Amino acid sequence: MEDNTLLAVKDLRTWFELKRWGFIHAGFVRAVDGVTFQIALGEAVTIVGESGSGKTTLLRTILGLAQPTSGEITFDGRRMDGQKAQDLVWLRSHVGFVQQDPYGALAPFMTVSRILKEPLAINKVDESEHEQRIRAVMDEVRLIPVEDFLNKYPHMLSGGQQQRVVIARAMILRPKLIVADEPVSMLDASVRVEVLELIRRIQKAHNLSVIYITHDLSSVRYFSERVFVMYAAKLVEKTDVGQVVQNPLHPYTQALLNAIPDPDPENVTRFRDIPPGEPPSLITPPTGCHFHPRCPRIIRGVCDVEDPPEFEPAPGHFVECWLYK
Amino acid sequence: MTGDMNSQTKPVTGNIADSATRDGPLLKVENVCLYFHASNGVVRAVEDVSFELNRGRSLAIIGESGCGKTSLARALLRLLPRNVETYTGRVFLDGTDLMKLSEERFRRNVRWVKISMVSQAAMNSLNPVLKVGDQVAEPLLLDHRLDKRKALERAREVFRIVGVPAAFLDRYAFELSGGMRQRAIIAMALVANPTLVILDEPTSALDVLTQANIMNALKKIKQELGLNFILITHDIATSSELADEVLCMYAGQLVEYNKAEQFYREPFHPYAQKLMASVPTLRIHKKPDFIAGHPPSLLNPPEGCRFAARCPKRFERCQEEPALFAYRDAAVKCWLYQQG
Repeated sequence: MEDNTLLAVKDLRTWFELKRWGFIHAGFVRAVDGVTFQIALGEAVTIVGESGSGKTTLLRTILGLAQPTSGEITFDGRRMDGQKAQDLVWLRSHVGFVQQDPYGALAPFMTVSRILKEPLAINKVDESEHEQRIRAVMDEVRLIPVEDFLNKYPHMLSGGQQQRVVIARAMILRPKLIVADEPVSMLDASVRVEVLELIRRIQKAHNLSVIYITHDLSSVRYFSERVFVMYAAKLVEKTDVGQVVQNPLHPYTQALLNAIPDPDPENVTRFRDIPPGEPPSLITPPTGCHFHPRCPRIIRGVCDVEDPPEFEPAPGHFVECWLYK
Repeated sequence: MTGDMNSQTKPVTGNIADSATRDGPLLKVENVCLYFHASNGVVRAVEDVSFELNRGRSLAIIGESGCGKTSLARALLRLLPRNVETYTGRVFLDGTDLMKLSEERFRRNVRWVKISMVSQAAMNSLNPVLKVGDQVAEPLLLDHRLDKRKALERAREVFRIVGVPAAFLDRYAFELSGGMRQRAIIAMALVANPTLVILDEPTSALDVLTQANIMNALKKIKQELGLNFILITHDIATSSELADEVLCMYAGQLVEYNKAEQFYREPFHPYAQKLMASVPTLRIHKKPDFIAGHPPSLLNPPEGCRFAARCPKRFERCQEEPALFAYRDAAVKCWLYQQG
């Protein structure tokens, strides 16, 4: 698997400095705090976590949109954490980004063909190829018949079609990695699966890697191989999709799965066993394990003192929790 | 009042619950229509919706965005924007025709007194310069319903019910987390002891764990206080947490009104069936499906059944608009369920 690794992130930290009156240091927001993972070529991975857990910052750091404080990012064998301009240009031509809100991500005054031409023009793709590549990619995301869509503006499209344009734009430079930040959360239930299936089909056809960011585990589990669970700036559990649903190890993952309802009339009388409280502040995170103040299985004197390292209780199943020492 | 019911001869009444209670239903909605003016025509947001809700039952209104769920709730509370074109139909609460009340009487005697509402993203609508406790107590102070001391006492009580520490009465909105703010908003809806509380996407902006905690709190309130909730959501899995009955809307119309036990297992209307199939599940291994196409514009809705263009079971009859047929314990707006 090592030689097949497309993206490797090692002990990554992204901290944002807080300043009072613009110059007095007032602490850090530790948005990403010691994250390590690898993604193989052709693999789809889901990062699941609550809002404020740092998952979007992690994604932005990988994309070079936020500066890492420390740690290593290696994409396709090339170190990316130096934030050098030529590295970033190269990186962004190999990574497609699918934003959360398709309408917000599309310029309202550009037609679909203009939107799709933009990345080609910026990356100096030969003009004679433009037309053909735009048509090919639109065909691929099923914006067909292509003629009907080429000259439309984003507001003339439905939410699902807008998201297809965003996906087409992410695909047009033939990237190796697609990162999708909550790609379907703004869409209606009935079209969500259609968009996820589309990304899956493209992934398989081009042997792409995909990183999904979501808080909705139930929809994405059919479309990825592995799941990383993020809580308060750390990846607390990393495992296969099947394992995370059937055999979650970290108490936070267990709570998260408990909290997700399935449509079932029995729910009316069923109370869910949910740890109380809220995620901690990332400015002054608790000592030890970040989840310990809410954890039902806390080991006093251990969890509240020392940060748990990563354990591997089963092959390929990583968890940052003292229970599995 | 029984005379009222019998005079309804159109087949469109969702008379599911006629015989269930002797006192008659808590809420009875008849042929409510709500149209809006838009720059390019008339938007038919809610069209001819009728249903009944019995005492002690809670209703979930589900459907995709833009199907008229929120407009229906606003029509019940008469919280209408200025661009209303048509607002017709009848709404009975405890046998009183709410549509006949003057605006002033409705405000004094119904809104927030009998029906209250938690609107979408309401947690961001708390006044930043007022203490949370004062805001929650405010509905009681209007029209001198209670003096301030008693009102605050009542606010403290509802805070306890929704699970906010009493010390938070003296705090400001920015000092509360999102979950606590949402609970405070729910407390505000409960403070005047209404019989019916409309919850419009009460948890959609919250995290999964917070969402589950609030749903737990709402279930407890429902069991202990016997309140009736109307829960509006596009999240079908969440809707099953509170619903005894389900009202499914599509393109401004009611397409199915059913008991929760039946609906979540096997809905009748083809749209509801496809919608349920598109809900991903965590515990049952079932690959979710999707509905091709998108809902019609409410400016020029198509003739006949509005779902026909996307429906896998359509046949010739679907060119005509179906009535709301009674089928088993439900009402379904689909020709497949025409009987006799």
